[in-house]
Amino acid sequence: MNRKLLRTTSLVALVAVAALIGAACSNKKTPTTATSGATTGAATTPAEPFKVAIVAPSAPNDLAFTQSMVDAVNRLKDQYNLDIAVSDSLFVVEDAAAAIRDYASKGYDLVIAHGSQFGGSVQEIAADFPDVSFAWGTAGDTFRLPNVFAYQAASDQGGYVMGQMAAALSQSGVIGMVGPIEVGDAKLYVDGFKNGAVAEKSTVDVRVNYTGSFSDVALASEAAKSFVDAGADVMTGSAQMVVGAVGVAKENNVAWFGTQSNQTSLAPEVVVASQVYHWEVVLSQIIDAIKAGTLGGQTYNIDLANGGEVIEFNADYALSDEVKAIGDAAVQGIKDGTIDTGASA
Amino acid sequence: MSKFLTISVLTATAASGIRLAAPFLLASLGETMGQRSGVLNLGVEGVMLLGAFGSYYTVLQTGDLWLAAIVGVAIGAIMGLITAVVSVTLKAEQGISGIGVFLFGLGMSDLLYQKLVGTPRPVAQLPAVNIPFLADIPGFGKMLFRQSLLVYLAILLVPALAFVLNRTTYGTKIKAVGENPAAADSLGVSVNRIRYSTVVLGNALAGLAGATLAMELGIFQQNLTQGAGFIAVALVYFGAWRPWGVLAGSLLYGLVAAIVLQWKTLGIIPLSASDLAATAPALITIVALVVVARRFRQPAALAKAYERGA
Repeated sequence: MNRKLLRTTSLVALVAVAALIGAACSNKKTPTTATSGATTGAATTPAEPFKVAIVAPSAPNDLAFTQSMVDAVNRLKDQYNLDIAVSDSLFVVEDAAAAIRDYASKGYDLVIAHGSQFGGSVQEIAADFPDVSFAWGTAGDTFRLPNVFAYQAASDQGGYVMGQMAAALSQSGVIGMVGPIEVGDAKLYVDGFKNGAVAEKSTVDVRVNYTGSFSDVALASEAAKSFVDAGADVMTGSAQMVVGAVGVAKENNVAWFGTQSNQTSLAPEVVVASQVYHWEVVLSQIIDAIKAGTLGGQTYNIDLANGGEVIEFNADYALSDEVKAIGDAAVQGIKDGTIDTGASA
Repeated sequence: MSKFLTISVLTATAASGIRLAAPFLLASLGETMGQRSGVLNLGVEGVMLLGAFGSYYTVLQTGDLWLAAIVGVAIGAIMGLITAVVSVTLKAEQGISGIGVFLFGLGMSDLLYQKLVGTPRPVAQLPAVNIPFLADIPGFGKMLFRQSLLVYLAILLVPALAFVLNRTTYGTKIKAVGENPAAADSLGVSVNRIRYSTVVLGNALAGLAGATLAMELGIFQQNLTQGAGFIAVALVYFGAWRPWGVLAGSLLYGLVAAIVLQWKTLGIIPLSASDLAATAPALITIVALVVVARRFRQPAALAKAYERGA
């Protein structure tokens, strides 16, 4: 073998190794460790573990969408003796599809494709694995497949509650909302928040900016700055890129309302409250259905009434009793059906 | 539209555009150096990510923003050295090796973030520095003279690099190596040494670009750069391998992005068109790239490994 050929071969190997290291680091499959089981129940612990895989677009601790699902599955771990695997950071749909297929081929009992962008992949792969159950969301379509569950969040409900509080809090009368793409629970949340704010104070100026990305932190940050320039003194946002916007809120002492996970730790000085998803409410129903022999075909929702959505207040934020009472009344009104958020997917 | 055409909104939008352009500009200037010497580096994105994480983590641990900037530069330089070994000494196919560097940076920055930080933790942001007197000029003051020091640095590097390329012996050697390395070699110019220097310096700027992004935001998240490194490479073509052209391309991209964001905030762009509008910066830049780049020729030896006597 001449030197040139040897060198070329070595280079190809070097590049391949670097690429593989990068790809391996980026697309992690992480068997999670147990966390304290917060859910109590009468379910018995079977001898064989129930194998659940989560395929998600962002980090498992993003304080947003992915974390809400990872936390929920871990809360059910002890109750259902779950064997959990997580493939996170799969923002490329094709990579996620490969992970979904991989878990299905390994005989997982339930494969959760956590992202509305994964619908096409689930529809294609589920048909190839009729004995494996799939769940995906946020969405309401099971594709008429007997082994696909769908789940969605009535995020407009918490949005409406916090929108009312935001309007009551705002002195300037300008509220800014940073969204990713006008779809799914992000759209519901934004619409619900806006309707709640207007219901509380009809003169409030609610501005919405969909950046076009679920993950572009810089764009979210600049969108938030444009709201501050416009005089906003209360802001909110949905999806994992809002960490950039929360930073702007903190820098400018603008009140912030979070959603999906509790975002207080990002800016304890300005976060008023967060709508927190508790997917375990629907996951427990899905697992029970699978154990009873139903592998799919149903859609589940989390909302304020079933406890799948909870408004968690930041204890360190000096929220007046009057504003908190407005929020509590809105929660009650939505639960008992006297308040309609006016939002639709 | 009348809401947009006010002095305060226009200046705020322009300031936002300049802020958004700064990381692109730094990375593009670095890539310009490398490409003028004949080295194509598609790993800019990965280097930016590593620089961004390194600087973010430094601020998280020490609170020292300047140390963080230095760390970003150092990480970039180290990655530049690795890139130079692969591209110049080992003469790898530059496009392929660049993709390898990108994937390495993407994965390693995410891995380090998950292991060392775990969850989003905000850090201090780069403060805006008001230039005395100039910052008080109505309109232009806020737009140009109330930015962070790294934004000023990015803009100042444009004439500096133009001077180096066009007015110094080192710049002449860079261009000679990029156009005809055999001829340069025959005149006693060390092709490898020149290319090593441009790749290391260029990647150092890419690391600083990542650091600027992370410290402007005060946060790190997986894939923070969102393709900025690849856009930076395209902007080098847009700028016809000239620092002032690269500045024009970076400002165009940043300003279009800022205008689109401002129009969304003001409700000028309806919500139903938001997603389409988000593609505007890339589309306009591509159109401009096609129009502009056709008039200029790339360095003749770009992406070609040099082997004496070959």
